[in-house]
Amino acid sequence: MSTKGLTDLPPSKRPFLVDPPVIAPGHTFASVTEKVMRTVLTPRTPFGWIFGFLITFGVVQVLMIAAGYLFYEGVGIWGITIPSAWGFAIVNFVWWIGIGHAGTLISAILLLLKQSWRTSINRAAEAMTLFAVMCAGMFPILHTGRPWLAAYWLFPIPLTMGVWPQFRSPLIWDVFAVSTYFTVSLLFWYTGLIPDIATLRDNAKHKITRTIYGVMCMGWRGSGRHWARYETAYLILAGLSTPLVLSVHTVVSWDFAIAVLPGWHTTIFPPYFVAGAIYSGFAMVLTLLIPIRAAYGMKDFITERHLQNMAKVMLATGLIVAYGYFMEALMSWYAGDVFETFQFKNRATGPLGYFYWLLITFNIVLPQSLWFRKVRSSPVVLWIVSIIVNIGMWLERFVIVVISLHRDFLPSSWGTYKATRWDYATFIGTLGFFTMAFLLFIRVLPMISIFELRVLLPQSRVRLQAQEFMK
Amino acid sequence: MIDEGIYGLMAEYDTVPELVGAAKKAHDNGYRRMDTYSPFPIEPAAEAIGFHKNRVALVILIGGLLGGSGGYSLAYWVSVLAYPINVGGKPWHSWPAFIPITFECTVLGASLAAFIGMLAMNGLPMPYHPVFNVPNFALASKEKFFLCIESADPQFDLTKTRMFLEETNPRVVSEVPN
Amino acid sequence: MENHTDNLVQITTTPKRKLSLQEVRERLSAAKGKAYWRSLEELVDAPGFEELLENEFPAGVTEFPQESGVSRRNFMKLMGASMALAGLSACTRQPEEPIVPYVRQPEDLIPGVPKYFATTMPFPTGGIPVLVKSNEFRPTKIEGNAMHPASSGATDVFAQASILDLYDPDRAQNSSYRDQRRNWGDFHDAIDAYKVKAGASGGAGLRFLSETIISPTLVWQMQTVLKKFPSAKWYQWDPIHRDSARSAAKQMFGQYAEPIYNFEAANVVLSLDADFLYASYFPGFIPYARAFTKRRKMAEDTPMNRLYAVESFATTTGALSDNRLRMRASDIMVFASALAAALGGGGGAATGLSDDEQKFLQAVAKDLKANAGASLVIPGEQQPPELHILAAQINQALGNIGKTVSYAEPPEVVPTDQFAGLRELVGDMNAGKVDTLIILYGNPVYDAPVDLDFEGAMGKVANNVHLSLYRNETSRVSQWLLHGAHYLETWSDARAYDGTASLVQPLIAPLYDGHSAHELVALFTDTPEMTAYQAIQTYWQQNGKAAGDFATNFRRWLHDGIIPNSAPGAKTLTPRAGAPTITPLAKDAIEVVFRPDPTTYDGRYNNNAWLQECPKPLLRLEWDNAAMMSIETAARLGFEQEDVIRITVDGRYVDAPVLVVYGMPENSITLNLGYGRYFSGRAGNGFGFNAYAIRSTKTPLIAVAEKLEKTGDTYHLAVVQNYTLIKPHGDPKWMNRSVQGAEAVRRDLIRVASYDQYKKDPDFAHSQTFDEDPQSYDSLYPGFDYTKGYQWGMAIDMNSCVGCNSCVIACQAENNVAVVGKEQVKIGRDMKWLRIDTYYTGDLHNPRAFFQPMLCQHCENAPCEPVCPVGATVHTPEGVNTMVYNRCVGTRYCSNNCPYKVRRFNFKLFSDYITPSLKPLRNPDVTVRSRGVMEKCSYCIQRINAARIQAEVEETRLQEDDPTAERKIRDGEVVTACQQACPTDAIVFGNINDPDSRVTRIKAQPRNYGLLTDVNTRPRTSYIASVVNPNFEIGDRTDMPGKTFIGEQS
Repeated sequence: MSTKGLTDLPPSKRPFLVDPPVIAPGHTFASVTEKVMRTVLTPRTPFGWIFGFLITFGVVQVLMIAAGYLFYEGVGIWGITIPSAWGFAIVNFVWWIGIGHAGTLISAILLLLKQSWRTSINRAAEAMTLFAVMCAGMFPILHTGRPWLAAYWLFPIPLTMGVWPQFRSPLIWDVFAVSTYFTVSLLFWYTGLIPDIATLRDNAKHKITRTIYGVMCMGWRGSGRHWARYETAYLILAGLSTPLVLSVHTVVSWDFAIAVLPGWHTTIFPPYFVAGAIYSGFAMVLTLLIPIRAAYGMKDFITERHLQNMAKVMLATGLIVAYGYFMEALMSWYAGDVFETFQFKNRATGPLGYFYWLLITFNIVLPQSLWFRKVRSSPVVLWIVSIIVNIGMWLERFVIVVISLHRDFLPSSWGTYKATRWDYATFIGTLGFFTMAFLLFIRVLPMISIFELRVLLPQSRVRLQAQEFMK
Repeated sequence: MIDEGIYGLMAEYDTVPELVGAAKKAHDNGYRRMDTYSPFPIEPAAEAIGFHKNRVALVILIGGLLGGSGGYSLAYWVSVLAYPINVGGKPWHSWPAFIPITFECTVLGASLAAFIGMLAMNGLPMPYHPVFNVPNFALASKEKFFLCIESADPQFDLTKTRMFLEETNPRVVSEVPN
Repeated sequence: MENHTDNLVQITTTPKRKLSLQEVRERLSAAKGKAYWRSLEELVDAPGFEELLENEFPAGVTEFPQESGVSRRNFMKLMGASMALAGLSACTRQPEEPIVPYVRQPEDLIPGVPKYFATTMPFPTGGIPVLVKSNEFRPTKIEGNAMHPASSGATDVFAQASILDLYDPDRAQNSSYRDQRRNWGDFHDAIDAYKVKAGASGGAGLRFLSETIISPTLVWQMQTVLKKFPSAKWYQWDPIHRDSARSAAKQMFGQYAEPIYNFEAANVVLSLDADFLYASYFPGFIPYARAFTKRRKMAEDTPMNRLYAVESFATTTGALSDNRLRMRASDIMVFASALAAALGGGGGAATGLSDDEQKFLQAVAKDLKANAGASLVIPGEQQPPELHILAAQINQALGNIGKTVSYAEPPEVVPTDQFAGLRELVGDMNAGKVDTLIILYGNPVYDAPVDLDFEGAMGKVANNVHLSLYRNETSRVSQWLLHGAHYLETWSDARAYDGTASLVQPLIAPLYDGHSAHELVALFTDTPEMTAYQAIQTYWQQNGKAAGDFATNFRRWLHDGIIPNSAPGAKTLTPRAGAPTITPLAKDAIEVVFRPDPTTYDGRYNNNAWLQECPKPLLRLEWDNAAMMSIETAARLGFEQEDVIRITVDGRYVDAPVLVVYGMPENSITLNLGYGRYFSGRAGNGFGFNAYAIRSTKTPLIAVAEKLEKTGDTYHLAVVQNYTLIKPHGDPKWMNRSVQGAEAVRRDLIRVASYDQYKKDPDFAHSQTFDEDPQSYDSLYPGFDYTKGYQWGMAIDMNSCVGCNSCVIACQAENNVAVVGKEQVKIGRDMKWLRIDTYYTGDLHNPRAFFQPMLCQHCENAPCEPVCPVGATVHTPEGVNTMVYNRCVGTRYCSNNCPYKVRRFNFKLFSDYITPSLKPLRNPDVTVRSRGVMEKCSYCIQRINAARIQAEVEETRLQEDDPTAERKIRDGEVVTACQQACPTDAIVFGNINDPDSRVTRIKAQPRNYGLLTDVNTRPRTSYIASVVNPNFEIGDRTDMPGKTFIGEQS
């Protein structure tokens, strides 16, 4: 009982070992349900939401224009050229995919690891995953020279020409990996939603809303047998997503590692890309949740405990990424290969070298502040750090894609890369799309898994025990 | 004897232990055709009504195997049989290159099986079900717990069963019209 | 062509009646329904309708200004519209003369199988004999004529690109008088009238101004005119003329003579600013380059020759030279006279030569002496007569004359002092003595010496007539514009650099009914209707030195593309002694040297998009010219690359962007002529600056800069390969090196040894490098079996490549490669399938350059292929890496994964689908690539297949008698476009499975090596390592730290 009091103290005064709880005390089944439902089933939409939506909607129009002009004129409107035939588009693709990893990771892996604190953030994280993958998915199509063909030639469809995709190409692996990842994440997310939608159905005032939610939850009625099967399916889905989430970024990293290009052709890419993905993913979750938590008064469910844990995960993965950078440098020296050596020298000191040092600062130096509890437990600072990490991870992909390309084997064909306004427009456009989609999500669906919150409550146990409260 | 008029009798409880206790008791008394309704999964409840294991896992396994073999054979068929062509001096059956696709297809197959299988076995989607006729049942998705003994149960007898349920001190016992 | 040369058809031109819109309306309103359309068609062929159209939509659109802001495609759209209308009048027909007409299907024509016709490309320094490929009578490709010694199968860059001029949509498409549409008939009448008038005065007011004429027939016609009008005069003018050489000859021999060099007999060659290894602007470039490199192939027992270059600019000749001395153009004469003195050939003392120059001079003198009779000293065309005299005297002193140097009739039939001539003509014009000036081609208003103010003088002439392919600067100020005929549209003849004559035959009827100089000159004779065809027939009937029936001979001459023993015999001349007086230029004075541009020559190719987008050798600059100077000169004057500077030469100035050129002497600025035009066409307008603006009669070759100052603005130059200079503060060992060059050496892309080193260790290309050729076990997979059937491969001899760009344009012409424009080039979207990589080694102040033609290497383990998601690039069983354009979706992964970066991507719609006149130009056997598609060198797969089909056809014929008969593709039957064009035979292609094929034998040499083989790409294209032969008394400038290829002399 006494520790319960301690957790209410400000972080600085708190005894070191005591973490804040995953859910504020004193809640009942009804109260958690009400609190989460309120954001959805409220008759009046908050002004801030409308404002945000209008802005992001405007940004999506930028994306539309950029894409339209791209289809009319061709990818020549971008900065890509020979030798840097890949530019922003691929950088953004990898960046978005990376961000998409946190969702599945939080819901699946943390679920398997029985991390009860995941509960109140997994729903939002999964939604974020879906939208991030949508953004990512746009780029491979947009960046091709003939998107109207790429849109379906990349899939194994029987065509009159009798030709088929080339299954040795990492790009085809990508097509399979990303589409699978999107499908599975969608199923996982939707499965988790079904009982909550049932709750919405049962509490919706308006007939139409009730009907819509009724259809969406497919007549869920919380039967004991159903719950049993549901639990099994959900757990196994989690089990499946875990290797999947690791495989997706591995495949993405193969897009580079399979090539012979110095700076791409390396075996460290898969682990290093996955770590980077988790790194940026958690950063993005924080970037979104910290403001929302404040705006919708969800501090009871998304507690400091969550923020701190995510901060710790970021710190850990960030160090793995740092290790990756270090190994790249070490190997290019140790291997003694003339191309590798030059490629690293050029990366650090070449004409685009300043990107590399920006990346080191944003991705490694600044995030070290997360060692300090003060930083971890101050939402504002944490938010700033998370944004820094997002930028840093974008730079990392830029360094890998562009800097490796612009000076490779034959010195005669060295070139440079300069992004055009259309490159920026497309990127910013997807940012807008992402935010808009997320705003829509928190308006029409419970941003926190209600039924899992209920499970978190001590009342949900069959036998009440004192230590339940110590948790 | 089966009463055509009603689906069964529904008892409503406030707490988890009450529900689990009641369910256990009913099962001990030989009732079989019954079900519990709760706003979140309660393993003991399912156990209590004698629902010990389900076949979801098996379905998923089959789905995964189908997906995986499908993926590999697609790659093999295309690269070796349907469209064999010299790509960068690599053999037609360059199996290491087919592994990623195989893996992704396995996961895809399994996940689809999990989702569809689970719904199918639960008989969902099912827009109408008699239990929804119970006035208070809306709370089953919020805070209350229900035990329903169905009229289809051979032991079912409107009065006896009602008396039996009353003994488990529920908030209320109501008839579920068909 | 070969048949029925007898039945001649006359050109009958009737002045067409004008038609007014009103009449058209009446005619049309009369008819209804079907009749309406019929009468519309009638209308189209009705006389005068074309004029009406033209007046409604004048062809003036061709003077649309080119701005960098507007994309090339928009121009094409605009042009497309006007062309479509002009098209009504410009449907291609067969010429009236008997060239086989397509409508009457001749038995010897198989549709789809191209025919080749021999003809000659006229060029001021002598005609270039060529074979022209004709698909269904559309000339589509220029190739060398193997039967003519002046070509021996190769061409230069200008000949390759000249085909584009034929189809240039900006060509003048109609004649005009005071900007009113006229036709040939009108002009005919005008001249008839004039002849009557001028007859009395003997044509006192009649003047002809032509380009340098190398056509005997035209000269004969001209002389008949001059006989008819005794007081008429004829002048020749070319901005890049041979006055120095000619006046030198006059002074030395009292007569005009052309030196002919025999490189094969020369062990030591000294070039005094002579750039004889780039293009035909050095007379005889093609045979000379071939002969010169014969002595550098190491194949025969003949020892390697040695080339000394003393030059004032960075030329390909200097790049290839074994020892190079950079000197101001004006100092080279000092050097020459000192050398002459040292060799006892007159000349003055060595005044003001630095120690290095002295050292160089002594070593060269020693070497030349040692090889007396087997050495060669060549004066530069852009040098004053004195140098030519000195060179001749040195050759005389060394006893080279008669051995390595001989003298012949100049190619121009009537050599003249062109400057004097032009000055006299302008004098007459200003004095009002001229009433009619006939300008045959050329563009004097643009390229005449600025102090003569030719345009002003033309203002004083009542009647200026300009026969021209383009509505250019001169046409705009002359009353009459007569649209001319391209050399592929007309009959003529031409003399090669050595005087050998050959015929020019048309391959297509004049696209726009243009007329040739022959027909124009004929108008002034008593046989005004005489066609060009009649003219050459008549002339050669009289002058052809061949026994037997003329018709047969004529047909053979046409077929062979050469008129045997038509060359005026060699002259035995001895230059007079007596050193010319030389006035050295002050050491600190900054000279300005005018040179012909490597791509636009004197401006005549200014609107040729292929040449505009062809990188100038060593500079790698496209689309512009620049004020070129050395590193230290730029540094001392405080100029940065791309700064626009104002160059003032006696009162006149020109603004030009700075381009730093490595290996140029101090205090010397080189300006290329041929740019800064505004009435050129869409490809040329507004690019570069006009160096003629400061080129006066006083200083035609070398001027002195009065003032040099920054204007403050900058001008962006499209340099396709930039050489980063390692800053002097770097590792002293690498000081002033080029980063690219240094890396190329470190990466074993360039392998080179000195001649002595090579003799000691012929395997140096492998023994001295780290490359381990990958083994089969390096790969997880079993390799593909390439041991059966044809396996195509290529070998490129780095020692023979002179970087002359012929292959680059040949490839562009053969494969329909698109032009992308300056803006795209600048950001690296050049589309060339074949590029000539250039690497500098040694100190960039006087570096050695290596040329490495780079095209698809057709790797057996092609990295580009496995990464393509749709299998758009795959391997053929014959080991060719092919692109399937239709399948390509444009992920560009293949390009990223290509270690050689030879893949090119259509980032936008670069190919021109609109302009009608460009459509016949395309090679029908090669796809025109659309937007979003990757493309690259295909080893000219279309040529391979053509040969294959030929072989199979013949095989089936053989098997009719003998079923077991075989007919394989013979070695040398497949010749790629680049190989075909190469003057030095540096590129060899063939079946590497055939042990006796040339390519196999060449690849067997120890010097043969592949690029980046340790990446395990197994390239099919390999390179033959360079061997240089420096004189170590002077030292060697190759100087590659970390490599021991260049040993000291043993």
